[in-house]
Amino acid sequence: MTDKILTVRMDAYPADSQTLSRYLDTGGYEALTKALDQMSPEEIIEEVKASNMRGRGGAGFPMGVKWGFLAPAEPRYLVVNCDESEPGTFNDRQLAERDPHQLLEGIAISSYALGVHHAFIYVRGEYAKAARRIQNAIDEATEAGYLGKDIRDSDFSLEVTVHLGGGAYICGEETALLNSLEGRRGEPRLKPPFPAVEGLYAQPTIVNNVESISNVPWITMHGGAAYAAIGPERSAGTKMMSISGHINKPGNYEIVMGMTWRDLIFDVGGGIPDGKSLKAWIPGGASAPWFVPDVHLDTIVSIDDVAANGSMIGAGAVVTMDETTNVVAVAHRIVRFFAHESCGQCTPCREGTSWMEAVLERILQGGGRTEDIDLLLDISDNISPGLAWPPAMTTICPLGPSAVSPVTSITRWFRPELEAMIAGSEVAVG
Amino acid sequence: MTAVISHWSQENQSAAKSILDRYPEKRSALMPLLYVASLEHEYASDDAMREVASLTGISAAQVLSVASFYTMFKAVPVGRYLISVCTSVVCYLNNADEVLEAVEGTTGVDSGGITHDGAISVERVECIGACGGAPAVQVNYETVEGLTREKAEALVNWLRDAKPPVVLADEMQQLFGGQRSFDWGPMDPDGAVRPIPAFGPYGSVEEGR
Repeated sequence: MTDKILTVRMDAYPADSQTLSRYLDTGGYEALTKALDQMSPEEIIEEVKASNMRGRGGAGFPMGVKWGFLAPAEPRYLVVNCDESEPGTFNDRQLAERDPHQLLEGIAISSYALGVHHAFIYVRGEYAKAARRIQNAIDEATEAGYLGKDIRDSDFSLEVTVHLGGGAYICGEETALLNSLEGRRGEPRLKPPFPAVEGLYAQPTIVNNVESISNVPWITMHGGAAYAAIGPERSAGTKMMSISGHINKPGNYEIVMGMTWRDLIFDVGGGIPDGKSLKAWIPGGASAPWFVPDVHLDTIVSIDDVAANGSMIGAGAVVTMDETTNVVAVAHRIVRFFAHESCGQCTPCREGTSWMEAVLERILQGGGRTEDIDLLLDISDNISPGLAWPPAMTTICPLGPSAVSPVTSITRWFRPELEAMIAGSEVAVG
Repeated sequence: MTAVISHWSQENQSAAKSILDRYPEKRSALMPLLYVASLEHEYASDDAMREVASLTGISAAQVLSVASFYTMFKAVPVGRYLISVCTSVVCYLNNADEVLEAVEGTTGVDSGGITHDGAISVERVECIGACGGAPAVQVNYETVEGLTREKAEALVNWLRDAKPPVVLADEMQQLFGGQRSFDWGPMDPDGAVRPIPAFGPYGSVEEGR
């Protein structure tokens, strides 16, 4: 059975996997030719629906279903989200730098299926190298007739534009991304209307992540059913997992979901360095509530199993912490990130994230107060009432609730440590 | 409505023109044009923003409202080399605070500052997508992974003394890097000559040695 889809070429041909000649040598653009010659747009959408692939950007929404919402008005746009900025994720970067033609072929097939003639790739500003590699690939593909006018002698034409961001995590949220692409502040929009109805320039727009789109050539070539047969039923296909933190073998791993977290961290990731023990890990990027070894090591790595345990796989970022980790300091770093990245539109997020950052900072600096734990939870509850995951929201987008995750994680799993730090502070203070 | 700013360099004028041609609506060109204007004016100065406003047909205040939202458009002069030190969670877990200390100590400026000679700017930034090679920094948005305190000091000294005309990620990685997020594949011949992302269509990319 297939266990790798996205990383086969880059593993086999590290010296030139990004080039058109290597891509063509290894079956590249055959899926596009097949799509244009033998398939109707509707048939491709049906195959993507049948694949059961759930969006890889974090929300896990079925990609085919999202495509099905696209309104009929013209023109329509496809926007590929390469604004990868969630602390812990770096897999879109690898896919874009090492196999940009796979991404472009996915864009071309998806655009044909969706009736799109202008697609955009929004690349975070800090990924200049990825943008260069994608642009080189666009130039090569256009020259060779795989993009541009009348592709492969069909009457389908497609222009692809790389757009560089300006350094703002929030632009990974799809409506903030669209505002940014329109030359505006990256502030998320109220929904509805959803982008599929009113997106870029108020036209029907599909926003998909790099990893999701990179799977489209394989699905087109082998069929949705073959993709759906890989891995657990509701977590079909392969998933790029970025593993980092305190870990022996950090890196990106394309896995079939369904293994345990024990297997992922200790076999795939090689375990914790220097013989130390695992204290906690984040299963899906800085936004996700944390897991702890006593409870979650034998939980299954799948979208639904992680959700059933009150967290998320997100974009596939696993961050491990060893026994020496100061979890309050880690929570502070993550909250500081969200405070920095809050767009400022919604009061609970704008005020709440920086307030929590200040409280955690004073605890770390030895000025913690007994009531600080309740205060942190109270602020959290005002951002995300009920403190559940997936979160209830008082904000336009999930950034605010994401800042709550590290706070509820340390109060839930490491409360004695937090209390001791505060008690020590009070002794120290006075 | 002129499509060019006549006192810009020919290269930047043609970059601006091709950028405007890339989008169905002119305002979408705002951020790319801000990069080009920053190349022309050293940073996203008031003049730079006014010129982008005239190119996109919106007010300078609207351009400012956008430019100020994003961290990569600089409202103050930036050195020839911009060192961006990530101290987000994964880099933090891998001793990024020591790297920041080393960079600040060796340059003699705190985050947000610029050296007296105007050569090097230092900033503490949030996650740059290099977690597998933490701790990581960028110089002019070119990434170096797997740093240590000592290697970070050496990197700063190298920038100051060798004054590389083009900042190349692979060169820095070879000289000062360690663990990488993934196999980078072949060397990338292109790099950054200025603290603006080196992306060809925006006019700032240069081939190195």
